[in-house]
Amino acid sequence: MDKFETLTGIAAPMPLVNIDTDMIIPKQFLKTIKRSGLGVHAFDEMRYDDQGNEIADFVLNKPQYRETEILVAGDNFGCGSSREHAPWALKDFGIRAIISTSFADIFYNNCFKNGLLPIVLPQEAVDVLMKDAEKGQNARMTVDLEAQTVTSSDGEVFPFEIDSFKKHCLLNGLDDIGLTMEKAAAIDTFETGAAQARPWV
Amino acid sequence: MSPKTLYDKIWDAHVVHEDADGTCLLYIDRHLVHEVTSPQAFEGLRMAGRKVRAPEKTIAVPDHNVPTTEGRDDPDQMPEDSRIQVAALDRNAKDFGIHYYPVSDVRQGIVHIVGPEQGWTLPGMTVVCGDSHTATHGAFGALAHGIGTSEVEHVLATQTLIQKKSKNMKVEITGQLAPGVTAKDITLSVIGETGTAGGTGYVIEYCGEAIRSLSMEGRMTVCNMAIEGGARAGLIAPDEKTFDYVMGRPHAPKGAQWEAALAWWKTLFSDEDAHWDKVVTIRGEDIAPVVTWGTSPEDVLPITAEVPAPEAFQGGKAEAARRALDYMGLQPGTRLSEIEIDTVFIGSCTNGRIEDLRAAAEILKGKKIKDGLRAMVVPGSGLVRAQAEEEGLADIFKAAGFEWRLAGCSMCLAMNPDQLAPGERCAATSNRNFEGRQGRGGRTHLMSPAMAAAAAVTGRLTDVRELM
Repeated sequence: MDKFETLTGIAAPMPLVNIDTDMIIPKQFLKTIKRSGLGVHAFDEMRYDDQGNEIADFVLNKPQYRETEILVAGDNFGCGSSREHAPWALKDFGIRAIISTSFADIFYNNCFKNGLLPIVLPQEAVDVLMKDAEKGQNARMTVDLEAQTVTSSDGEVFPFEIDSFKKHCLLNGLDDIGLTMEKAAAIDTFETGAAQARPWV
Repeated sequence: MSPKTLYDKIWDAHVVHEDADGTCLLYIDRHLVHEVTSPQAFEGLRMAGRKVRAPEKTIAVPDHNVPTTEGRDDPDQMPEDSRIQVAALDRNAKDFGIHYYPVSDVRQGIVHIVGPEQGWTLPGMTVVCGDSHTATHGAFGALAHGIGTSEVEHVLATQTLIQKKSKNMKVEITGQLAPGVTAKDITLSVIGETGTAGGTGYVIEYCGEAIRSLSMEGRMTVCNMAIEGGARAGLIAPDEKTFDYVMGRPHAPKGAQWEAALAWWKTLFSDEDAHWDKVVTIRGEDIAPVVTWGTSPEDVLPITAEVPAPEAFQGGKAEAARRALDYMGLQPGTRLSEIEIDTVFIGSCTNGRIEDLRAAAEILKGKKIKDGLRAMVVPGSGLVRAQAEEEGLADIFKAAGFEWRLAGCSMCLAMNPDQLAPGERCAATSNRNFEGRQGRGGRTHLMSPAMAAAAAVTGRLTDVRELM
């Protein structure tokens, strides 16, 4: 997995609340058996019209936001389906961090498996960063995972909370399965005990 | 010993390892797999030279992509990309030696209907699937939740998940439901009360007299939509109804093991003075038959209400409501019961079980659907379909003008050919009314099976109590 340490990049404002995973990547693109190549379909129905032409109004189609690496989004980003195609599509588009007041649980977890950093901040902080993102490509924010801060283009610093284990894995690009495999003996022991306690499972 | 919630008890029984910061390795008893969220996980195993650790605890069934029309055993019925996904599941199930129900098997159906039906889902278990509606299995007092594809691969390889414990939330529905009010109305009303992010960070336990009074089918409907309320999982403590449902199912324990299992299952309830981080109480008598008007499941109102004005909402929700009304083609102040529909969809893991079909058929008996309407019933599994045919329900649906389909997810998420056209308005028993969910530009109103049947008869959103 890709490491995430610090990132300075263009942030795009997406103030809509409840941006769901059907919006991030509609179902017709879930028929792939690969993880790659979904960036071109990210936000498909908001981004393209029925003929497949770009909708000029959509934020990521605007010239100043085409190189966006950070999204500043409304409440409850990533709600809905468990599809990991959502973080795959965002990552493939070039997004590395998402800032919101809240994220849906499964989407939040999926981000960390893909080197994407979801950042939860209070409403007041998101409001300031949303305004900052509206300034376009000259407003480059900085995310520092080690320091757990987001710095606006004006130099205002917002600290954020993050689970220590998730932070450790992201900073070091660690593969969860490899880490768990190191605990194989503990899994063996659990299985032996469970087979006696609950043999019907 | 300190008092525990049901969630605490199931959690504690499955912790393999706990780190100092509270990060746990949780053992997974059942892993359900479908064709859409698993190919990349199996590919990951192959690339790393890993095996499935517990193939006997892993169950696969294709449901999202499969056509629901006759003759679907013929792969040519499917578009190429769908065919490749289903073929990949066929091959992965065979190569890794996991239980499998192909489309040709009468037991095939929506994964969350097949699991309980076959007795794979049992009280006190941990159950996961690469699908957010895994919450359904919580109806059995199993800790069940959706995971992403990376976690699917993690469970395949290790039979565990890395997890931190959620908080405990109690949702109590007191008293009794009024006639015409169903499990779907309960679960939508709870989301209306708490919002789609109200459950974020929590596992919900549903309790109270109105929940106890529900059948297992109804309880599955309630837990199914815990995810729409943002919760990691929904739970209902097992009781005699649960045990009666489970007993005798193909993969349920038998003989002495049944007795041992039952003894443990009877300990699975929240202790009286257990700690709750959040409590929501709703009077069963206050719940009305409801429908959604917008593009989020929290956009729900009693059928007797009117389309709300965006100005009635605070903050970012006002803009979201404006966008939703525009998408839905609705004007504030319109009575919900005056909204005309084009299509009716009865099915999905929320409402594709036998009781749902009975409830809809009860309304449709001796009636016809409104002229020009398209209406379909998609049973949740081949066995539900067979039972409905045996009970004469299929004849009622067909006589009323419904299409009688084969089992699958179908128009709930429209990955197969069952889709809405742009602007087409649908009364649906599924779980999500998101933009484009049932087809690009499609407009979804969520409701109970009885309400969907009533809408089919009148051609508009309808208070089912008028037809009872």
